[in-house]
Amino acid sequence: MSLFEALNIDKSYAAHKVLDNVSIHVPEASIYGLLGPNGAGKTTLIRIINRITAPDKGELLLEGKKLTYEDLIQVGYLPEERGLYKKMKVGEQSLYLARLKGLSKNDALKKLKFWFEKFDMIDWWNKKIEELSKGMAQKVQFIITVLHNPKLLIFDEPFSGFDPVNASMLKKEVLDMKKNGTTIIFSTHDMASVEELCDHISLIDRSKTILEGKVSDIKQQYKTNLFELTYLEDDNSLVQKLNGDYTITHTEKLPGGENVIRIQLPEKRTGNNLLKQAMAHVEILSFREVLPSMNEVFIKAVSKNSNTSRHE
Amino acid sequence: MNKILLIIRREYLTRVRKRAFIIMTILGPVIFASFLVVPYLLVNLEDSDIKTIAVVELDEQNAPVSNENLVFENLFASKDKLKFEYLSDIDAITVETLIQYSGYYGVLVLNHRLLNQQNSDIQFYSKKQPSIGIETHISQALENFLFEKNLEKMNLSPDVIKSYKPHIKLKISRLEKGEFKEQKLMDLKRGIGYAAGFLIYFFIFFFGAQVMRGVIEEKTNRIVEVIVTSVRPFQLMMGKIAGIALVGLTQFLAWILLTMGIYQFAMTQFMGPGKIPQTQQIQPMGSSAFNSPMMQEPAEAPAIISALNSVKPSFYFYLLGTFLFYFIFGYLLYGSMFAAIGSAVDSETDTQQFMLPVTIPLIISIIVMINAITNPEGQLVFWFSIIPFTSPVVMMARIPFSPPVGDLILSMVLLVGTFLAMTWVAGKVYRTGILMYGKKVNYKEIFKWLTYKD
Repeated sequence: MSLFEALNIDKSYAAHKVLDNVSIHVPEASIYGLLGPNGAGKTTLIRIINRITAPDKGELLLEGKKLTYEDLIQVGYLPEERGLYKKMKVGEQSLYLARLKGLSKNDALKKLKFWFEKFDMIDWWNKKIEELSKGMAQKVQFIITVLHNPKLLIFDEPFSGFDPVNASMLKKEVLDMKKNGTTIIFSTHDMASVEELCDHISLIDRSKTILEGKVSDIKQQYKTNLFELTYLEDDNSLVQKLNGDYTITHTEKLPGGENVIRIQLPEKRTGNNLLKQAMAHVEILSFREVLPSMNEVFIKAVSKNSNTSRHE
Repeated sequence: MNKILLIIRREYLTRVRKRAFIIMTILGPVIFASFLVVPYLLVNLEDSDIKTIAVVELDEQNAPVSNENLVFENLFASKDKLKFEYLSDIDAITVETLIQYSGYYGVLVLNHRLLNQQNSDIQFYSKKQPSIGIETHISQALENFLFEKNLEKMNLSPDVIKSYKPHIKLKISRLEKGEFKEQKLMDLKRGIGYAAGFLIYFFIFFFGAQVMRGVIEEKTNRIVEVIVTSVRPFQLMMGKIAGIALVGLTQFLAWILLTMGIYQFAMTQFMGPGKIPQTQQIQPMGSSAFNSPMMQEPAEAPAIISALNSVKPSFYFYLLGTFLFYFIFGYLLYGSMFAAIGSAVDSETDTQQFMLPVTIPLIISIIVMINAITNPEGQLVFWFSIIPFTSPVVMMARIPFSPPVGDLILSMVLLVGTFLAMTWVAGKVYRTGILMYGKKVNYKEIFKWLTYKD
């Protein structure tokens, strides 16, 4: 069941259509990636979900019911442009924002203490935000966002501006939260983090959803009949033998003497055909179908979309 | 705790703890007190060296007058730091040497022709420009003397003249609730009206600008995106306005207490104990400053005190109550306008084009209020004390003179109504503006925001 759905969202600024009939379906306890080139409308969609901007048309549903203003208390939002009161002390500010989200003072203090200790930030409590580095301030804001254990977390570019150590620390937290039942929507350009984290994605380009679904399904959909074969052989006779029927896209000799090749199969051929042929000549160590990376899917889908829209 | 209270608390505490607030709170009264004390000290300083004026008489032929023939001897009363010496046997030529080489502050030359002629010029020679006080002191004493001399020529004895000399004090009575009531303490009332009006004006500008700056700060550092997912924009706006109002009230209260403290302290220090000056002495342009000692009524100071005591306590409550009302609602009305302006722009430099609707009514109200000091019942003053955008300042000038209750109620109702309407409008503008970035906003655009739903 979808924890959150946005259905047929339209939004225009003046003559410019930012979102055109965009829908997303976010399953419960999953991580949902919102992908798309710059200016595709991701942030606008996120702002609509947070009821910062009103859509011109469309519906927002939380657990099947219309999302109301009161529901926002169950949402945690980390905007792309991070912002805190610069002159306010870290602890005081965190406490204030937590209490605005409805936590009691004691509850908020207890939770803040837990997170500050976890991230080793207790020393920052009495510092002003302006004394912290950008990354440190972002960590504070991350904690404030998740502190009230919202059902739905929305992160706009959560890992930009973090060093790899902190980024992987936050990723681990995000995965833990998913394990505990939290649903997470995040927008990003960083395809590596999509591979690591996302179960579902939606790709928005030029105001429209051009791809939505499970990451594994999408990869299946975009696969190109490419296989990878690892085998033992002293000379290169297999490559020569296969070359007539298939396109070898990649050959590599590993230090242990294993050969790795990637073979592009024509549409009608299957992996079995290839395997039978290869088995006759060499000892096979592994054989697998190569699925496209999200990076490849992204580039392919976006360039296809730009071609079709150009032809229109 | 209610969320709006949390916002008020934050707005209040972050400002009150600022170094600038603490410095202003301490420095403010020092400045106010110095406004009161410094002129007094300067007067003392100026008078510290005793000025002696030589009075020289010449007879009708400009010849020296001997000691026994002096006419004007002891005519001029000595004031604290002003002494007169009456010289005899001085000729017209010596006068010049007297000015040049003696230690006299000035030399007053009186010719006996004065006694016969109606009008005559009198020469006063001095190295420095004499103060207006000295000038009036001399001419008034002479005028009285010559007037009496002329009457004596008509065989009226000095006692008779004195007994016929009128003493006029205009008592003003005004119709109030069907009865004529004597109006007391006009100057004091004018002063209270002026001070109260000016305080409100200052408060609106100073703290209204703080509201605006606070809104711009939240908008530019984007924290508003996080906050509006927790509270409604309207709550955020009202919380900010209310929090800053409390900061202002705190500051004023501190100023009043500190100013009173410093003033008392300074006065006891510089004047010695038990010589705290009465109101009349600190009135800068009060009528008594120009009076000659003869004209001065020694009973005046106690009269003020007894009059002050005769004012019913209810009058003070009425003054304080109406002041707080106009103080708070005036600020709230403008505070929401300032908040709307702050929300519509991306930086403080962009606020210029929207400031006019705020500054113009405020400046008009100050001008009308000053006008109201001299004529609290004029048509202009009446209308501007009813119109909500100017009434907080202008009505304060009328308040001490007990305007008709009908006027007061009308003005108050209009002010509250306009405040509610303006807050609604400002809330609409604020709600849209605060989340809109990078767009040059004009009035047309803002009017469009008013029609947005949600």
